[in-house]
Amino acid sequence: MHGRPPALTETLLDNGLKVIVQEEHTAPLASVWCWYKVGSKDERPGITGVSHWVEHMNFKGTTNIPRDQVKGIIEQFGGSWNGYTWIDQTTYLETATRDALDRMLFIESERMANCLYHPDDCESERTVIISELQGGENDPDQLLDQELTATAFKAHPYRHPTIGWLSDLETMTRDDLYSYYKRYYVPNNATLVIVGDVDTSDAMKRVERHFGGIPPGAAVPRLRTIEPEQTGERRLTIRKPGTTAYLKVGYHAPSVADAHFFPLAILDAVLTGAKGLNLWSSFRVPPPQRSARLYRALVERGLASSVGGALLPTEQPFLYMLSATATVGTPLAAVEAAMLEELERVPLQGVSDAEIAKAKAQLRARLVFDRDSVTNIAHQLGYFETIARADVVESLPSKIADVTPAQVAAAARDILRASNRTVGWFDPLPLA
Amino acid sequence: MTLDPIRSQLDNGVTLLAKRTTMTPAVAMSLAMRAGSSCDPAGWAGTAWLLSRVIDRGTATRSAADIAEELDSRGITLTITVTRHSFTIACVCLAEDFEPVLALAGDIFMNPSIPEPELATRKGEVITAIRQDQDNPAVRATESLMALLYPDGHPYGRPTKGSVETVEALTRDGLLQLHADRFAPGALTAVIVGDVDPSKAGDAVNRVFGGWRKPAAASSAVPAAQRGTARRRQTIAMPNKTQADLAYGFVSIARRDPAYYACWLMNNVFGQYALGGRLGDSIRERQGMAYYVSSSLDANVAPGPLAIRAGISPANVDRAIASIDDQIAGIVRDGVTAKELDESRRFLIGSIPRALETNGAIANFLQTAAFFGLGLDYDARLPALLDAVTLDEVNGAARALLEVETATVVVAGPVEP
Repeated sequence: MHGRPPALTETLLDNGLKVIVQEEHTAPLASVWCWYKVGSKDERPGITGVSHWVEHMNFKGTTNIPRDQVKGIIEQFGGSWNGYTWIDQTTYLETATRDALDRMLFIESERMANCLYHPDDCESERTVIISELQGGENDPDQLLDQELTATAFKAHPYRHPTIGWLSDLETMTRDDLYSYYKRYYVPNNATLVIVGDVDTSDAMKRVERHFGGIPPGAAVPRLRTIEPEQTGERRLTIRKPGTTAYLKVGYHAPSVADAHFFPLAILDAVLTGAKGLNLWSSFRVPPPQRSARLYRALVERGLASSVGGALLPTEQPFLYMLSATATVGTPLAAVEAAMLEELERVPLQGVSDAEIAKAKAQLRARLVFDRDSVTNIAHQLGYFETIARADVVESLPSKIADVTPAQVAAAARDILRASNRTVGWFDPLPLA
Repeated sequence: MTLDPIRSQLDNGVTLLAKRTTMTPAVAMSLAMRAGSSCDPAGWAGTAWLLSRVIDRGTATRSAADIAEELDSRGITLTITVTRHSFTIACVCLAEDFEPVLALAGDIFMNPSIPEPELATRKGEVITAIRQDQDNPAVRATESLMALLYPDGHPYGRPTKGSVETVEALTRDGLLQLHADRFAPGALTAVIVGDVDPSKAGDAVNRVFGGWRKPAAASSAVPAAQRGTARRRQTIAMPNKTQADLAYGFVSIARRDPAYYACWLMNNVFGQYALGGRLGDSIRERQGMAYYVSSSLDANVAPGPLAIRAGISPANVDRAIASIDDQIAGIVRDGVTAKELDESRRFLIGSIPRALETNGAIANFLQTAAFFGLGLDYDARLPALLDAVTLDEVNGAARALLEVETATVVVAGPVEP
């Protein structure tokens, strides 16, 4: 019943669109995701947030889907739709009953080639996005994350938040949005993923019909900046009225293609419990972490009410972020001292074989849990194809199983260095 | 394709629902006790919540470290949730781990030891969480709305986590008393969904819980709540925030009310369908005033709330409230259109396969159906229940639930009181 996964097919259309189809016949559903290799790292100062704003605009009607027919276009099939933008990618999805496959492909082909960008819609969305930004700023933990990231990177555009800076959101024009859309939303910059109760050859005929006529675009410009090596610890402190103190420590981390990535994923599980590697679903279930080192050092000692680690697969080197929420009355300095003591112990003493075995067992289980729906399976294929290659997904269990204690120790020595980290505090001022 | 779960009952009263699936080699379990926050003793809001934070930190035969090792070595977490009426342990584990994980969860439910040092640590966590909530405009607005809709100590009006003062004062004996009074086999429903044969799941549940002998738990009726008779508005000034959160609501209906399906469809048209229904069309899509706006219907054992929530710029608070008023006036006066009703109906019926795709989602669905006595075949009957609702019934639901003049409105954020 749980033998090899059904065959996965990859096809490259003449216009450069990569299409991945995986049949899964366990439920009468299909999930369609269209991925674009464009995210906030492709933005320059003045138009930060444009990738995310473009994503919003691409739900507002097309040449062949009038504005007033967007609502309900997939709901008629009991379906759901969504999209997200992050540093490396922008993606759109529909999951619905299998009879909606043609509708889903039609929607995505329209989104790729025929979005309208009516000036009134651009203006009304400006305030929606500023509202989204302000909602994020209401959360001190999110604010600290944003500010720490901006401090840790001084050159690479991973430094600015995906939502953008407020002044750019206030001044960007319809032309900024539309020209960005036309440049990046081309078939040769996209991957279409279909997973579900479908027949591959039938699905491919439909894909060809909907997408085959879309002309390729010019080669997409790619980022050249590489973040210079950090040469000393950086620190920041946010002081705003609040009730709770937060600590974050961010280390420059390896990209998914780097030899250190999977050893660091094991190390993260040792430190804070395994999360899995699915941005869409892994973080919805808390990690198994009660025996993890930082949980024992911070939460079990009453210094923090929660602790977490985030290592996400990215195309280029991003951050390994550790976070803690101080318990009421605990100074941030005490939380930081306890966290850094644990982190600095790792390069000196390594981790035990038993800890590595447990971390591998955790990740093995989380990889199973991460593929419990056609939506989640499709996400993983598209996500990894966008930042590396889709076949990384199938190799995840072996990549994790193959990690050695020596590799974990080497990753710890290389990454958990004081000169490679940025320490951030949200140190609340009393409420008025 | 219907769920057709296998139902059985142990002689001590434990109810079991089991369903086999084979999408992944994993099992989801949901063990729900009828012992939610409505069971908190008077004046001790937060008792069930604190118990949920500490119940899995030691049993008669397992230390907190033993439990931590059993969970972490299998890559799993127990998600323990407290709602108004249920105290639930949920977990997804590999199929190969099903029996030991069930045994662990059963031990936690039946034999918690609540060690004092663990209680002290968990209290610190809960108090920190309450302090975080106090700095969160969305939470402040929603909790205040509930307190206004359900006054005078009504269990739906109390904050589930309690207050800093009550949590500080709670004792181990208080938690053990709640456990003694409310946790019993007759109040437990175990739902097992995944790659395990239902008969083996039944055998495992019997091995774990079959020997648990305890009289029926105390029961308590939930008092009725009165609908408001005048419009109320409360402002919570939070000058350190950038955006305001709005909670706008009414007391609605009980889940077993025959009008439930009409109310559900009405709420879907009004504040759910696509991106927030009519509310989303007006406030987000046409006026660009909010990143999120929607309404939710929380029909419960007693009439629960229908609540509209939105995150809005402080400059737009009054405009947004006026828009919600307009939308309510419009749906009450003119009703919904046949097209809108048809769209919402098709969506809700069509989304059933998607809503029941994962083991965890099926377990939740069956647990809810069991709790409200909706029947083993509820998933199969649901399309007909929705199909039977008429346009008149939906419009009657709008008139019965929504009224501008008696709305309760709370705004929290950088606004003047």
